[in-house]
Amino acid sequence: MPDTILQLTDVRTHFPIYAGFVRKKHVGTVKAVDGVTLSVRRGEVLGLVGESGCGKSTLARTIMQLVPTTGGTVVLNGKNLSDCTARELLAVRRGMQMVFQDPYASLNPRMTVYATLAEPLLVHGVCPPANVPARVAELMKTVGLSPQFLQKYPHEFSGGQRQRIAIARALALEPKIIIADEPVSALDVSIQAQILNLLSQLCRKMNLSLIFIAHDLSVVKHISDRVAVMYLGKIVELGLAADVIDHPRHPYTRALVSAIPTPNPDVERSRQRIVLAGDPPSPINPPAGCAFHPRCPYAQPKCQLAVPPLIADGPTREVACIRLDEI
Amino acid sequence: MSLLTVTDLRTWFHTRNGVYRAVDGISFSVERGETLGIVGESGSGKSVTCYSIMGLIPSPPGRIESGTAMFDGVDLLHCTPRQARSIRGKRVAMIFQDPMTSLNPYLRISEQLIEPLLIHEKISRRDALVRALAMLEAVGINDAAKRLHLYPHEFSGGMRQRVMIAMALITKPELLIADEPTTALDVTVQAQILELIKKMQLELGMAVIFITHDLGVVSGLCDRVQVMYGGRIVETADTRTLFYSPKHPYTRALQRSIPSMQPKGTELFTIPGMPPDLSKPMPGCSFAPRCEYAVERCRVETPQLAAVSPTHAQACLRVQAGEI
Repeated sequence: MPDTILQLTDVRTHFPIYAGFVRKKHVGTVKAVDGVTLSVRRGEVLGLVGESGCGKSTLARTIMQLVPTTGGTVVLNGKNLSDCTARELLAVRRGMQMVFQDPYASLNPRMTVYATLAEPLLVHGVCPPANVPARVAELMKTVGLSPQFLQKYPHEFSGGQRQRIAIARALALEPKIIIADEPVSALDVSIQAQILNLLSQLCRKMNLSLIFIAHDLSVVKHISDRVAVMYLGKIVELGLAADVIDHPRHPYTRALVSAIPTPNPDVERSRQRIVLAGDPPSPINPPAGCAFHPRCPYAQPKCQLAVPPLIADGPTREVACIRLDEI
Repeated sequence: MSLLTVTDLRTWFHTRNGVYRAVDGISFSVERGETLGIVGESGSGKSVTCYSIMGLIPSPPGRIESGTAMFDGVDLLHCTPRQARSIRGKRVAMIFQDPMTSLNPYLRISEQLIEPLLIHEKISRRDALVRALAMLEAVGINDAAKRLHLYPHEFSGGMRQRVMIAMALITKPELLIADEPTTALDVTVQAQILELIKKMQLELGMAVIFITHDLGVVSGLCDRVQVMYGGRIVETADTRTLFYSPKHPYTRALQRSIPSMQPKGTELFTIPGMPPDLSKPMPGCSFAPRCEYAVERCRVETPQLAAVSPTHAQACLRVQAGEI
């Protein structure tokens, strides 16, 4: 597809576990991301949801090449990132930027806002040094902050403002795609809405692609065009945001959707909730077959036999469940 | 008579940068067996309210400037330490947001579970351990007998929160204060913990004060809700009234800014500006600078809670005057 900006094919990120202090012995593998195939189109917002430990942050870091891939390919704009040399990677990274969850930790407390925003411009040499101050001021305006704050330090800003600075830093290099890892989880409801509005405005205006990682499904539904649901390193359901969240097909997505409390007492008190038992299993020794079967209300012995592949369910939907037609 | 009646509570923090009026004159009560939700953004004073009741305010810098908290005839804020000890941890228990930092990492779960029993009841260690085991089973920990002697780090987040709940409920308290107990958990685990709190409440008939910033959690769990902003209560009502006919502009704005309440693809409604700086007390309504309905009077006159109906009170001057 010509308008595909990012293509992941069977991406795997495994972390080896060693035991012993002097003589290290390989005792196991954490399969944080285990065979993810996904594409992001130009200007599209893709939501990525799942419980903690399901590998969504690792997937983000894998795309950014912040952790080495174990297998599979990440192709950004026609370029395979796993084959790139360090020098090539530097150039490629201009095209993709990341916004992290905690704006208190992701900004350097010793750098002024100006220094934070000017650094990527200087490192990548995107504009002549003389133009840097003007460009930095422009970035501040883009994210809705006044350029008069440029000489301040991160601690002088509130959480929402800091997240705006982090977004400005990500925009500095005019990337094609931004990966936002839980960008609003640390913020209050009223501030969350401001940041969400900013992100969707920017995407529309600059034709940016966005991978939006969150565990809050209502936020994801609002901002995303498509949603991918992850469980234990694999994608279990993929489709248009409204479809997936209003009419979930995979048993895990159903449970996830039914677990969200709605701010509507009458609905909340009358509805049937699927309460999953237990915690997500460990990715070190994932259950055989479908990783969800120990918690799945519809599980049958055959679910333990093989890992279910993502199967197309209609033109825009893919679901990984072998009992899809029966439930 | 109410189980707990808080009257005109003020908790201020005296710091080098000035006096932070974290809680500034709030009154409310909790009936036996009822669930009261306290909702507000960070810095609205919801946690400080409950810490004050439990005597957990670090002093200095914190100081309870005024107010009483009558629990079954005893003022928790002004009673002798001995009296306070006989109530706190036995008849009033608390659970916290982060189960990792509020359990002692050096002690086995069993030690932490039986501690309140050994302190508050005349009971032998052996009997206490039996009770602890029963409690762990009641909060839904599988293999409780095997897990009783493990350390906190050997449990997952959801399980730790279950252990905390077991610890709080082992003395069969009459009031449980839950300070954002599910904020650090995944939605699926959150659903489990909320079910558990409901179940235990039914079994023990205790009252619950549930602090949260998530209106969704409140809607399914609480009988009554009060909304806090800038250290004051701005609106209090039974849950249905608060959700279906909120009166105060802040409650309305808060509700409108929830993504799931708004049609997809539209610009989300936002409350402009930022929460107030509590170290700079200002005259008038603390929400006035962000309020779309604010007029000159709102910046001068301090609003007081006034009843809309017997179960509904709110503190907006313009609503009280019938203007909006």
